[in-house]
Amino acid sequence: MSARRFEVLRAELLLVWRLFRTDAARQTKRIALTVLAIAWGTLSIVLLLSFGEGLKRAFNKGKRGMGEGGIGVLWGGSTTRAYNGLPSGRAIAFRDEDADLLAQRIPEIASLSREYAIRRGLTVGAKTVNARIRGVDPTFGQLRNIIPQAGGRFIDEADMSEKRRVIVLGEELADDLFGSQEVVGRTLQINQSTFLVIGVMQPKTMMGMYSGPDKNQASIPSATFKSMFTDSKIEDIVYRPVSLELADQAKWQIYRTLAAKYRFDPEDERALSVWDTREDQRIVANIGLGIQMFLGVIGTLTLFVGGMGVANIMYAVVKERTREIGVKMALGAKMRQVMTPFILEALLMTVVGGLMGTALALMLIVGVSLLPLKDAAFDFLGRPTFSPAIAAATSFILGTIGALAGYFPARRAASVNPAVSLRYE
Amino acid sequence: MSDDKGRDGQMIRMRQIRKVYSTGRVEVEALRGIDLDIPRNEYVAIVGPSGSGKSTLMNIIGCLDTPSSGEYVLSGETVGGLDRNRLAEIRNRHIGFVFQNFNLLPYASALENVELPLLFAGVSARERRERAAAMLEKVELQDRMEHKPTELSGGQMQRVAIARALVNEPAIILADEPTGNLDSGSGKGIVGLFGDLHANGQTIVMITHDSAVAKLARRVVQIRDGQITEDRTVAA
Repeated sequence: MSARRFEVLRAELLLVWRLFRTDAARQTKRIALTVLAIAWGTLSIVLLLSFGEGLKRAFNKGKRGMGEGGIGVLWGGSTTRAYNGLPSGRAIAFRDEDADLLAQRIPEIASLSREYAIRRGLTVGAKTVNARIRGVDPTFGQLRNIIPQAGGRFIDEADMSEKRRVIVLGEELADDLFGSQEVVGRTLQINQSTFLVIGVMQPKTMMGMYSGPDKNQASIPSATFKSMFTDSKIEDIVYRPVSLELADQAKWQIYRTLAAKYRFDPEDERALSVWDTREDQRIVANIGLGIQMFLGVIGTLTLFVGGMGVANIMYAVVKERTREIGVKMALGAKMRQVMTPFILEALLMTVVGGLMGTALALMLIVGVSLLPLKDAAFDFLGRPTFSPAIAAATSFILGTIGALAGYFPARRAASVNPAVSLRYE
Repeated sequence: MSDDKGRDGQMIRMRQIRKVYSTGRVEVEALRGIDLDIPRNEYVAIVGPSGSGKSTLMNIIGCLDTPSSGEYVLSGETVGGLDRNRLAEIRNRHIGFVFQNFNLLPYASALENVELPLLFAGVSARERRERAAAMLEKVELQDRMEHKPTELSGGQMQRVAIARALVNEPAIILADEPTGNLDSGSGKGIVGLFGDLHANGQTIVMITHDSAVAKLARRVVQIRDGQITEDRTVAA
């Protein structure tokens, strides 16, 4: 039975195909234009969505530039209310041991690093470049996504315990100092002390930053930093919570711990300054989604216009075939058998247009990805990226539009009165 | 052959059939109480001037339209209050239409045109093909099966249409001016074909205003102003 149903359907499909061909011959220009409109709509929807996807990915990459896992950056602030006999407006500055205190007391913190900083000249031969030099712990590289390029490494525990004079350079700083030559293993001078370059940072996109981009900075072990610049204070502490869910807990614990030590009100938010990167990530993710939705809606509207073109043609076809519909009805065609060809025909036009549009869009996307552009704009805008989700969304929208564009004219066809239509000329 | 006829042995049984068309405020009564019985294996010609209501009557007999009031039993089935799909089914099973202008699908071959009713009935491809081919043979078009309607003469097209009307073994053949668009030679051939079909037991209802054609029927029903004015059986 089901094989027979399939067989009957196949025969119907064959008839539809033949119908489509005769229609196509009769209204070539009209059908070509409509298929083109669908192709154009598909092209724009695929391109817009792919562009949105690329943008979202660029954003995601940028969001990782600061560091992943919802890291926080902690600075000292100043109190805004009197507490325990101490006045408001008191500055809170970290001491060296505070980092250890937080690490020991707060289980919600997975890892943290101190960050000391100073601006100094870095000298290679006759060339000196002024840059921010940070003294950091070995965890800093992972926390802040400063990943060395192949052949290099970040600061490790041995560098710390032996107060080694080693340095990791941002890639642009390395370029300024050494040009395009091999950099790891070379030396440079800071305050007449010789430092060995052990790593150069992999390029990354930063959407947010403090004290300048990482590519222009240099990192040395915090122990080395302290021994060279003895009176320097911790500028900030970078920490990563155990999980995103525990980030608020960690922040609150930090306030509580430091409030007890420096005697300020733990509710006094301005006593410390925390940059919680989770906020930015949420915003960035929302912007990405918003852009994609916006572009998607525009594309869908474009497609709808194309769909109306299809429906229009189908209405004309129904009118043209009124007599034929009447004949089929007289011969015993049921509603479904009258309607199916029109729906299939509309779907066929939509699918053909959709395939053309998608093919063209894919060609453009591949074309753009092959362009040898290494531009800052591309870092932020990203390159249009096609994804299975986009394919699914586009097929769904196209299918819906095609079915609708066929359904309404088909309903009109099925409402034809056979007695009247048989006399229709 | 289907042998499901009415309890009283009638293929068609009509009682007080009325059809009223309302166009805005004006109501036109196209049929005003038709009583008509057509037994099995009858060859009836329905004649009347244009505007007499014979087209309306044909539409109702063919289940293309439903009466405003009255009772219509076709081959034992009461037609009335049925939905469009049920009516389509009845047309498919019980009625074979032959039209004045043939009404063949122009893009389909003769064979495919004849297969259409079987397609709507959900018959398998092989059986469709065999039955359609057999019907075309019966109307002597076995060597024109793959021709498109445009490649056929008027008489040939009408024979394809007759094959199409017969392929579902309908209870009645309903022919609307079947010779109206044919030259006299082809027309004679078609009329002859109807005669053969009738001789083989087929019930035929033909609507015509051609008295020469009507004369060949066994019974002539005259319609005027929506009423039967004459119903006479011609001696064989």
